[in-house]
Amino acid sequence: MIEQNDLATLLETLCPMFLLLNKDGEIQQVGPTLQKLRPDMQMTGTRFLDLFELLRPRNVSTVPALMSMAGTKVHLKFHDEPRTALKGLVAPLPTGNGAVINLSFGISILDAVRDYALTSADFSGTDLAIELLYLVEAKSAAMEASRSLNLRLQGAMLAAEEQAVTDTLTGLRNRRAMDHVLEHLIASKLPFALMHLDLDFFKLVNDRFGHAAGDQVLKVASQIMLDETRRDDTIARVGGDEFVLILKGLVDPNILARIAERLISRLQEPISFQGASCEISASIGIALSTQFQVPKVSEVLHAADLALYEAKRSGRSCSCFYSVPSNAQL
Amino acid sequence: MHGLINSAIQSFVCATYGRACWLRATEAAGLGFAEFEAMLVYEEGLSSRVLDALCADLKRPKSEFLEDLGTYLVSHPNMEGLRRLLRFGGVTYVEFLHSLDDLSDRVRLAVSDLDLPALELCELSPSEYELKCHPGLPGYSSVMVGVLRAMADDYGALVMLSHDGDRDGVEVISMSLFESAFSEGRRFDLGARKQ
Repeated sequence: MIEQNDLATLLETLCPMFLLLNKDGEIQQVGPTLQKLRPDMQMTGTRFLDLFELLRPRNVSTVPALMSMAGTKVHLKFHDEPRTALKGLVAPLPTGNGAVINLSFGISILDAVRDYALTSADFSGTDLAIELLYLVEAKSAAMEASRSLNLRLQGAMLAAEEQAVTDTLTGLRNRRAMDHVLEHLIASKLPFALMHLDLDFFKLVNDRFGHAAGDQVLKVASQIMLDETRRDDTIARVGGDEFVLILKGLVDPNILARIAERLISRLQEPISFQGASCEISASIGIALSTQFQVPKVSEVLHAADLALYEAKRSGRSCSCFYSVPSNAQL
Repeated sequence: MHGLINSAIQSFVCATYGRACWLRATEAAGLGFAEFEAMLVYEEGLSSRVLDALCADLKRPKSEFLEDLGTYLVSHPNMEGLRRLLRFGGVTYVEFLHSLDDLSDRVRLAVSDLDLPALELCELSPSEYELKCHPGLPGYSSVMVGVLRAMADDYGALVMLSHDGDRDGVEVISMSLFESAFSEGRRFDLGARKQ
């Protein structure tokens, strides 16, 4: 039979966090790494249950109960601070003269190496602790690199999405964005007015002063449209000199007529470009979603288009409302 | 080539020779972009084009440039994380040398698509070693010379290294270890947390 001292020597090499208890639950020998966790306390001679609180299994609070836990994994914590969590395995000595308990950090290893300044030498050569620490650091670094890549890709994606719905010259929305907004409004059954605005005499500006002047006119006209509408409204450039204004929740013809009038009058103010004075105007056709029983995007657009044609026919620089054909009157 | 290798070169060049040098080289190599992403994989030819452009720009032989890269990987504050990962290899420099046999497996454990050539340490005597760098990554042995030299400083060991050239495609680095605890070396605290 192996003597207790020989056993302790053997255990020190194999499991530096062992405890050797006598049958009363008093600590007889302690592994060097475990003792390192409480440098100011003499663990030998202390009662195991005075040093540790058993968390699981819960019903173990006496030495005989502890001794009967052969082969079972136990979870415990120090009674005092730092209350490092440990797990352990109880192996009763064959003669009934106590037990060996081998402890290990489990997942608390990350805090433990820092709290107790542990080094590689504190772990047995076969312990995977160092490999675990290595893996945590390596994986964290790899994860951090992936995370920063994801952030940059997300930024690029947002920029691409923004670009996909924006008219690059004017910064207004494009036709795709307009379709999307109209579909959303119709699907959510929200009333809205749709203005189809066409710049009059724009082609003349382009022909007389060149494309740079035309571009400048488009930019100024766009800004006017933004100024004369609310932040919630959508303004899209849908053709060279054609715009669609979607006014959410606004179906009062009087108010709409006033907005149209203001837009036209401001667009008629001459725009200067490199000494030249560019003069344009605008015609506007207005359709309301409420003019349809079940509005469809194409129908509302077509209605505004018809109204725009009407405005052009009436001599330009004015606005017209779509009039529902008598046979389809609500 | 893995982005980690490419971005290591980028980081080294920017920290040592400045960003302007890096931009000149990416331009000369016709890269079409200036930033490598560490976690993406790039076409094989890109890295060697950049490397050639850098060595031409700096007028330095490639082996020297790569040795300096290896030193940078261990000793520059930018690379503290990598130094720590290498220090997990062992408590002493000799233990570290023996851990190099597992280096490519360790690397794969952390980044599964980063394939580094196998390394093989032969202990000729307690003070004479040879490290065999198997083929797969041109210039790897030059980088390793820099890494081994810087790690010796890190552990406080006094070594002499030389690149012994090619033996049937396997490049050999020979090392003479004069003293494993010549100076104090740098601290390695297992539980240190990233700030």
